[in-house]
Amino acid sequence: MLVQIGYSVSYGDDGSRAVRARLEYPLGEEPLRWAGLAGPIEALSVLQTEERLTLAAAAGDAVQVRFYARPSGFAFVDADWQERGKLNIPLEAAPDLDGSSRRMMIGGNRQRFLFVQADARSLAVYDLAADARLHALTQVAGEGASITALERLSGGTSLLIGTSEGALSQWFTNVDAAETFVRAREFDPLEGGPVRGIVPEQGRRGFIAFTDADWGIYHSTAGRRVLHLEDAGIAAAAINSRSDRLLLNTASGVRYYGIENEHPDVSWTLMWGQVWYEGYAEPSYQWQSSSASSDYEPKLSLVPLSLGTLKATFYAMLFAIPLGLAGAVYTAVFMAPEMRRMIKPTVELMAALPTVILGFLGGLMLAPFIEAHLPGLALFLVLFPLFVVLVSLLWQWLPGPAGSWAQRGWTALILLPLPVLIGWGCIALSPGLETRFFGGDAPAWITANLGISFDQRNALVVGVAMGFAVVPTIFSIAEDALFGVPKQLISGSLALGASMWHTTMHVVLPTASPGIFSALMIGMGRAVGETMIVLMATGNTPLLNFNMFEGMRTLSANIAVEMPEAEVASTHYRVLFLCALVLFVFTFILNTTAEAVRQRLRERYGSL
Amino acid sequence: MSGADKNALIWSRWRGSREGGVWLIASAISLSLVLVLGMILLLAVRGMGYFWPSEIIAFEYREYREDPWMPVQGEVVGREDVIAAQLISAGYELESDQGTVERWLIKVGNRDVGPSDFLWVLRQHTRALKVPEDVAVIERLEWGNFYGTISELHRGDERIGRAQDGSEALMDALRESIERAEALRIQVREIEKHDIGTINAALNALRLEERGLNLRGEWSPEHAARLERARQVQQQAFEQLSGQIAELREQLMRDSISVVDAEGARHEIELEQIVRVLVPNRMGVFSKLAAYLERIWEFLSDEPREANTEGGIFPALFGTVIMVLLMTIFVTPGGVIAAIYLREYAHQGMLTRIVRIAINNLAGVPSIVYGIFGLGFFVYFVGGEIDEVFYSENLPAPTFGSPGLVWASLTLALLSLPVVVVATEEGLARVPKSMAEGSYALGATQFEMLRTVLMPIISPAIMTGLILAIARAAGEVAPLMLVGAVKLAPSLPVDFTFPFVHLDRQFMHLGFHIYDVGFQSPNVEAAQPLVYATAFLLVLIIIVLNLLAIQIRNNLREQYRSLES
Repeated sequence: MLVQIGYSVSYGDDGSRAVRARLEYPLGEEPLRWAGLAGPIEALSVLQTEERLTLAAAAGDAVQVRFYARPSGFAFVDADWQERGKLNIPLEAAPDLDGSSRRMMIGGNRQRFLFVQADARSLAVYDLAADARLHALTQVAGEGASITALERLSGGTSLLIGTSEGALSQWFTNVDAAETFVRAREFDPLEGGPVRGIVPEQGRRGFIAFTDADWGIYHSTAGRRVLHLEDAGIAAAAINSRSDRLLLNTASGVRYYGIENEHPDVSWTLMWGQVWYEGYAEPSYQWQSSSASSDYEPKLSLVPLSLGTLKATFYAMLFAIPLGLAGAVYTAVFMAPEMRRMIKPTVELMAALPTVILGFLGGLMLAPFIEAHLPGLALFLVLFPLFVVLVSLLWQWLPGPAGSWAQRGWTALILLPLPVLIGWGCIALSPGLETRFFGGDAPAWITANLGISFDQRNALVVGVAMGFAVVPTIFSIAEDALFGVPKQLISGSLALGASMWHTTMHVVLPTASPGIFSALMIGMGRAVGETMIVLMATGNTPLLNFNMFEGMRTLSANIAVEMPEAEVASTHYRVLFLCALVLFVFTFILNTTAEAVRQRLRERYGSL
Repeated sequence: MSGADKNALIWSRWRGSREGGVWLIASAISLSLVLVLGMILLLAVRGMGYFWPSEIIAFEYREYREDPWMPVQGEVVGREDVIAAQLISAGYELESDQGTVERWLIKVGNRDVGPSDFLWVLRQHTRALKVPEDVAVIERLEWGNFYGTISELHRGDERIGRAQDGSEALMDALRESIERAEALRIQVREIEKHDIGTINAALNALRLEERGLNLRGEWSPEHAARLERARQVQQQAFEQLSGQIAELREQLMRDSISVVDAEGARHEIELEQIVRVLVPNRMGVFSKLAAYLERIWEFLSDEPREANTEGGIFPALFGTVIMVLLMTIFVTPGGVIAAIYLREYAHQGMLTRIVRIAINNLAGVPSIVYGIFGLGFFVYFVGGEIDEVFYSENLPAPTFGSPGLVWASLTLALLSLPVVVVATEEGLARVPKSMAEGSYALGATQFEMLRTVLMPIISPAIMTGLILAIARAAGEVAPLMLVGAVKLAPSLPVDFTFPFVHLDRQFMHLGFHIYDVGFQSPNVEAAQPLVYATAFLLVLIIIVLNLLAIQIRNNLREQYRSLES
């Protein structure tokens, strides 16, 4: 007979709430008959979800498994269970179990496996989906020890095993092809002799384990023991569904504990180390914070997010450093003052452009454009500098005023049509190149020949869009530092016969290098914290690579995506705050370094 | 000098002075300028081009050779060249596998009739391309544009105009009907928004009063009777207004038109649904210009329709302005006083140095971190406390304990504080010492000197700081996503119901609007033009603000120069 505690909630007129408990009989009030089993029943196991119920009983040399199902959904509240089948599994009769009775548990994803104790140290795993074939026979307790406790973790996928030596471990069947039954992790052992019992918490991956003399509260994903207390003669433990009340039956009577344990599921390893999640082939870094099902094990590794942040920053700096620094050097040293007065405000304006617009253009325009014109883009990167050098050479042959006009620092203006012309040329050539060399589809070619997958919204797009946002920051600060280099240093160098270029490289740049350093730091700080561009111009998939053609998820974008949906004060919510703290610390270090360097630079110039 | 000598000289000069290097670093500036200008130009063309009534074309199209020819009419909204090989591998039959093929994106509208309102067509698979004279674009309140030829206008059971009797007369009658429908719609909206809004507010106030009395234990039969009476008064008013609305709606349903679409099928469209009817192919440049300006005005002044993909952006514009104004009110006193204290009162030592570093640091903190701070501190902590103390009768529904206008403004005030402090400090640093010394010599105290001498001089500098702060706040989106901006606010944060400025309400914001419509919209192609237009508007606002700040700063410098001389 299957008995269940049911609750009914009623509301009074005055807004009060009354909860009544009652006994329910999901499979009817008639006792179940186990025809085909001989002898007394040694072990029973039940696992129930919304629409499936599996029941197993072991007696003598056999196990019988019964399957039930019911329709689910709003229309079928509390529909009756229908029996769907029956399986008999023969067992080795009377194994050596160190005197205890046989232990058995149904578990695994979708109630697929039956775990039966085969001898004192081993578990036999039967695959219920394949006619109860023996899937594995695994030794789960160490030499000289025996299994003393067997329990399912919330969610039903993992098995907890306690041994006579007080050791506790978590096991599950992998999702790799062989579906091996593996030990995922070992917990801090209890010290009071054999593990007497394990009580799982509901709705999260915690449990309580006890021996005769001590007990502890654990969390499986975080792999930590939250609490460890000693007591005498513990015989049983029970915890309520919200995991904040605990009953402990001890030698000195029943103890009642109120537990304040809101976030056992966070640990340093969980956030920064490799964690072996249920259903994964090996320990890994994962960020998958939520899912519709409460059976889901949240994966809260900050590693993919931090790496994504670094990746986005790296590609943005790759674009921004050459443009920003080269522009700053030219503007500070070579540019005509009239033009400089125009360029500075323009760059300030560029800094003020809302990043949501850059993100929008990056995601909706630049991403498809780059995907369609990859060869043209590569061509541009090669051709543009070549043409600039070529033009500079040809310009020398121009007669009289035009030549000197360039000398006076209007080169940037002269070169203005060049990017447009070359850009247009490269775009026009791009389809031809793509058909000729890449079989008409460069992204597909990259995937096939370089073995890297290609996302439309990738790191390259982010690099360009975010680089665009960082260029003005780097430019402004570096330009200020370069322009502030005392004039007598430059005049001195020129008087000694050095060319302007040599003076720039060997006098101006080294003198201003702390300022340039601080420009890079502040630019980097901006790239690290930038939200809208990465949010809109990447696919926001938490990945663990530095591939140029795939996306990433950064800390900042992660906050923007998940914060509006995070339940207030939940673990997820707090981890998102932690993301913000990590971001803050990162930018704080960058900015403080930059600011300290800048102040020292100011003092040094002051003395010159 | 011979030609060869000259060449050699130029060559050696070019190499010696590393001319190539100089030009290379100069090209970085050119490239950046081209990118910025190109971007703004792109936004302008895509954003503003959308409002121009563009030509309608009609042609026959088939996707594959075995398909029948299908008539299509609509506007060409995009053109691109696709590599032939890609299309062939996708299963198309083309004339040649070399080079590229022109592909058009046609807006065919008629979302309620056809499978989709946009269609990609290959130029080579079309035939009989023409520009039909009489196809009208009918802009509707729902379902987007309808493209078709208007055949008849009905007024009740009466048939007013028919296309074959002369299109001029028909169009005149139609224009008259549209104006009438528009006037009626405005009346309905007035009643719904204003009058019924007031009644709802009153009913809500009564409900809260009842709960408040209950909570304090002061509930009595007298109160019950009084509240019930008040409720009935409001109820009656509501019923009367509903009657009025029903009557107006009745009148609205009077007129309709018959339209024939590309395939020759007839559709009836109620005039109640119609915003505007244009026949672009028959319009001259001036009438197009008039329609263009009208549509831009609609964009600026109207409310969004069709999940924000059509209509205007007025609530977003309004929300942005109100939020920024509030932010200015919060940030000005704090920023200015902090700067004056730092510069004029504080002892210049280690502490002020640390404070300055902290302020600069504050400027570098990622905006999303401000958002998180605003959410955790302002919304949940401060807002939650306010609710406990002042709005307990409304709990558990939060009043100030949820994201809203005031928290967004406060968060952005914090974010733009460094801008104001730095600008004000800069202004103070530029004031010549002699002015302060002069006023001390005349017997002024430090405060009097500040008030009468320094403040007037530095006010333009403060102004510059504020304008820059506003420009930054207007473009910031990330923190707003957490503390109050929403995709569609049911009502504006300022309206005619007491207390007029609703600090607790959520609001719409231009930047968030761009993000939301561009990336969360189910119909991206329909939404894109409006996103470009909104983005252009936002860029324009920010450019104007920045130019203003630069202008003020330049004037300020001139002024100081004359002071110093």
